[in-house]
Amino acid sequence: MFEAVSELRTPLTTEPVSYGQVTDDIARPMEGKPTRLWYIGISISATFLLLGAIAIIYTITTGIGTWGLNRTVGWAFDITNFVFWVGIGHAGTLISAVLFLFRQRWRTAVNRSAEAMTIFAVLCAALFPLIHMGRPWLAFWPLPYPNMRGSLWINWRSPLFWDVIAISTYFIISATFWYIGLIPDFATLRDRVSGMRKKIFGFMSLGWNGSARTWMRYEVVYLLLAGLATPLVFSVHTIVSFDFATSVIPGWHTTIFPPYFVAGAIFSGLSMVLTLMLVARRVMRLENYVTKSHVSAMCKLIIGMGGIVGLAYATEFFIAWYSGNDYERFVFMNRALGPMAWAYWIMVSCNVIVPQFFWSKRLRANLGVVFALSLLINVGMWFERFVIIVTSLHRDYLPSSWTSYTPTLIEVVTLLGSFGLFFTLFLLFCRFLPVIAMGEVKGVVNYTRRSASRSAQEPTPENEA
Amino acid sequence: MSARIHTGVFVSDVDLLSATTAVREAGYRIVDAYTPFAVHGLDRAMGLRPSRLTWVCFLCGLFGLAFMTWFQYWSSAVDWPINVGGKPWNSWPAFVPVAFEGTILFAGLGVVAALFIRAGLRPGREAKLPAPRVTDDRFVLVVASSQGDQAPDELGALLRSHGAVEVSEDLEGTLV
Repeated sequence: MFEAVSELRTPLTTEPVSYGQVTDDIARPMEGKPTRLWYIGISISATFLLLGAIAIIYTITTGIGTWGLNRTVGWAFDITNFVFWVGIGHAGTLISAVLFLFRQRWRTAVNRSAEAMTIFAVLCAALFPLIHMGRPWLAFWPLPYPNMRGSLWINWRSPLFWDVIAISTYFIISATFWYIGLIPDFATLRDRVSGMRKKIFGFMSLGWNGSARTWMRYEVVYLLLAGLATPLVFSVHTIVSFDFATSVIPGWHTTIFPPYFVAGAIFSGLSMVLTLMLVARRVMRLENYVTKSHVSAMCKLIIGMGGIVGLAYATEFFIAWYSGNDYERFVFMNRALGPMAWAYWIMVSCNVIVPQFFWSKRLRANLGVVFALSLLINVGMWFERFVIIVTSLHRDYLPSSWTSYTPTLIEVVTLLGSFGLFFTLFLLFCRFLPVIAMGEVKGVVNYTRRSASRSAQEPTPENEA
Repeated sequence: MSARIHTGVFVSDVDLLSATTAVREAGYRIVDAYTPFAVHGLDRAMGLRPSRLTWVCFLCGLFGLAFMTWFQYWSSAVDWPINVGGKPWNSWPAFVPVAFEGTILFAGLGVVAALFIRAGLRPGREAKLPAPRVTDDRFVLVVASSQGDQAPDELGALLRSHGAVEVSEDLEGTLV
């Protein structure tokens, strides 16, 4: 009566499951002992995190001179990492908000971990401008608070300040969205466990009891937040691109930057979601929920976004030639053929050529190949930001100040440390929070399955216990 | 409340929906339903009015937009104007990004706060569950009947005929 059953669509879980089974399957990894793989993963990532912390402490106590920056190349590794991590975050919002608005119900299997990824990635991103300030204990200065200097207000006309506001807003709204999604699941967990954990989950679930009136309001708020997060995610990376586009550096001063950056951000984030999805499904044994068709859908999105990114590269090159501006033309020829050409061609092959393999259904079904290709795209997208930032700077207007840039060990270790932070947080999340939104998956387990009559849902001895 | 409260426990959302429709058509008052996930169509079956939270969101967003626009204007053109690259004090096109972010921030946080207030969600609140497992795999319909003691099983039978696996009666009305 209330359910559309289509024989043509594939169900969203591999095996039919009951609601109780969904709770059990998703809560199990949180209740038992972690797997060996989890311990191995967290040891490696925590080691990187520790190394990164040492590098950052050394940077702050010694100064930015520990980095390979010079007068010509004043932005390099750290801003590359900043843009890279912000971009990673954006696919989380795309999956949780944009796919929600498009009623893509397969997203329920991956939205929770994608949102977690957004929050952790934004944390990693925020780290880099903070340490680049040199005096991070003054990081509150860009906030518009009444102060003893006048009040001397901040310069609202600066794109760098827009960035501060955009990233903070993005972090706050993403974290709120994530928490709102977690409340019903916290209630489910509260009613399963006992002792200290019951107290914590009870506190976090805010007294949720599954009332239909609350559910109705909750759904409205969820939809509104999705609707707010969608323009937000586009605005955030647009503003990140303004950091470059509003300057007068050839190679940066282009109107294509906002859409180009947004497409690149979503592209890189999708490949990171894919990487994490394949890890989480294996480590947490959630193969029945994160199915091959989810992986395949992600691959198709990557082909689409990769196409947009490739088009942006071509457009940028064409416009540099078409502008007739010697400096523009030089920057682009220098990118493709100059001393940093290796970075440019890594970028092109990873971001334009690699996604083309996903056209093949056979390759999409081979998870090992998908994993390797998703890693390559991550590498390619990191190099995209490196190419944009470093190649535009190292040959400036005055040939006498031409120079090169090589990262120091400290910078490389700081980058590895940010990966350590990201994966440590992600693995802790996998261990202590439900990686799949139970409340949402239960709504789709019967999707396209003829079911839901009394007899089909009758409790069996296994899930009764 | 002197009404008698019946609680029907179901194992499937489809059963809950048909029971809700039937109970409402039979003229009983539905107190609330409790489900482990958002059952689509339940609000219509229960006859709930559409939520007004969308308006709260809109007004909060409007406030955020107005406030951030005014604040940027006031701080850079009125309170302490500073010459930045010869730009006008009120260089409003440069204020657009921050005003936009302010709109989103106020709208998002405002509507979540409104949800928490309206639904009574707050840290430390004791969850009152109508039946165990309602956050896991059980669906509960709570119905009030004002029929008194005669025909005691009419409502129970109706719930059972729509697939309730358990029907209980709660004279105290502790749930509501």
